[in-house]
Amino acid sequence: MNDHALAQKLIHAVEAADSSDSLLDAVKQLAAAGIEESVPTLIAALGYNNPGAAVAAVDGLIAIGEVAVQPLLELIDNYNYGARAWAIRALAGIGDFRALDTLLEAAKNDFSLSVRRAAARGLGTLRWHQVPPEQVESVQTQVLEALLLISQDPEWVVRYAAVTSLETLAMSGDNPQSEQVSHITERFQQMIDTDADLGVRTRVRLAQQQIQQQQPQEVVVPNKKLEGAKVPYRGGGRR
Amino acid sequence: MNSSSQNFEDLSPRGDSADGESLTVEQAIANLESADLGLRFYAAWWLGRFRVCEAAAVTGLIKALEDEADRTPEGGYPLRRNAARALGKLGDRQAVSPLIKCLDCSDFYVREAAAQSLEMLGDPVCIPALIKLLKVGLQGEQLIPQPDLSQPYDAILEALGTLRATECIPIVKPFLEHPVELVQYAAARAMYQLTQEPVYGERLVQALNGDKLQLRRAVLADLGAIGYLPAAEAIAETLAENSLKLIALKGLLEHQVHQTAESSLSEGAVRVMNLMDSLL
Repeated sequence: MNDHALAQKLIHAVEAADSSDSLLDAVKQLAAAGIEESVPTLIAALGYNNPGAAVAAVDGLIAIGEVAVQPLLELIDNYNYGARAWAIRALAGIGDFRALDTLLEAAKNDFSLSVRRAAARGLGTLRWHQVPPEQVESVQTQVLEALLLISQDPEWVVRYAAVTSLETLAMSGDNPQSEQVSHITERFQQMIDTDADLGVRTRVRLAQQQIQQQQPQEVVVPNKKLEGAKVPYRGGGRR
Repeated sequence: MNSSSQNFEDLSPRGDSADGESLTVEQAIANLESADLGLRFYAAWWLGRFRVCEAAAVTGLIKALEDEADRTPEGGYPLRRNAARALGKLGDRQAVSPLIKCLDCSDFYVREAAAQSLEMLGDPVCIPALIKLLKVGLQGEQLIPQPDLSQPYDAILEALGTLRATECIPIVKPFLEHPVELVQYAAARAMYQLTQEPVYGERLVQALNGDKLQLRRAVLADLGAIGYLPAAEAIAETLAENSLKLIALKGLLEHQVHQTAESSLSEGAVRVMNLMDSLL
């Protein structure tokens, strides 16, 4: 069977599902096939109020990756916040930069805490190498400002998500002494001192620990991961 | 401005003021005695929702526990229910004796709210009254033969577990066999809190594989409340909303932190946080 025939068969099974279990199985199979054609059906499955099916659909969309981004941005459901949270989770998992504005808007202004939470997380999982090098600094500043704001959200889980993203942002650069990193470490200290929630404070401690552990290695290996793609090679180690 | 209206600002998430009539603390307290029963009912809810811990609010709510004006066609007491729920949230122990009296109220939902609020207030003085109510379902140390739904057994069991009423173990245990699953889970939760035996935590973990979403949600709350660390992976994988899984895992995390110094991160705490990160 070719991809098209297989996709049609699996899509039909999702549409024909008549119980939450059969829907779950059908969505799982469709997601596992990883066929581009299934994207709209997987996005629709985010709105069925079936958490198992939604998890499977999100996984499927993330596996399909970049080609799912545009449809996700277009089909994002403004009237169903459950579906919107799952769509944002899929965008976060793919990490494609085209989702930046959607994520910023959702993290700062969505009324649903599960949407703000997923978006806050997504801001930390963006693939920085997709950004043109000359824009990296300004975009990172924009993301940092948003995350510092979101780290004051009234809901603990949104602040928790913001902490995970501030952590990745602090660890994504090559310079542990940068102004960006010092903003983040200052904010972390503030949260340890003032955040009302023990879970959030504990996550901040983990983030502090991760950042500290990474620092000595960064000095030895300055050109790790994203570095090469985002700025031209600057020659030997930092002296 | 007084401190409570400050409180309201801190605790109100965005958009919340839009979903009801906005009140000031003074108005809400005054409304508890309004001629309009709807306003009384709303004021009692509001004072609990925004945790208005002022003396006048507590006094007004305690008085509302004896309200006779607001009745449902079935004889229920809506204002008493809301007042009892609110008093649990305010954390003032003056409410303990009046809530204990509510355990004798003819309205099931007033008794349920009172048991839940007594659990929140955490004063062991209510234990004998809770035991008396639990024993309605027992003949000696066995469940009475007919399925009995006459008392809010889940709320009573949860309160006894939270209050660490270890003397209750023999009368809590039979409820593991109660025909209502929610009551079984409440009993398992209480038995774990009273004995720390993993077998009761495992019973809840197994329940995460159950067919009904409503029950899986209830079990998530139970596991979070008892902080049963071995459940972490099962919580992350059960078929339910991520929001509820995150709350349950946060319960596990906080339990871990309470067992060590807050500044040190145990291996268990890190494991739980990694799972939480994956559910955001």
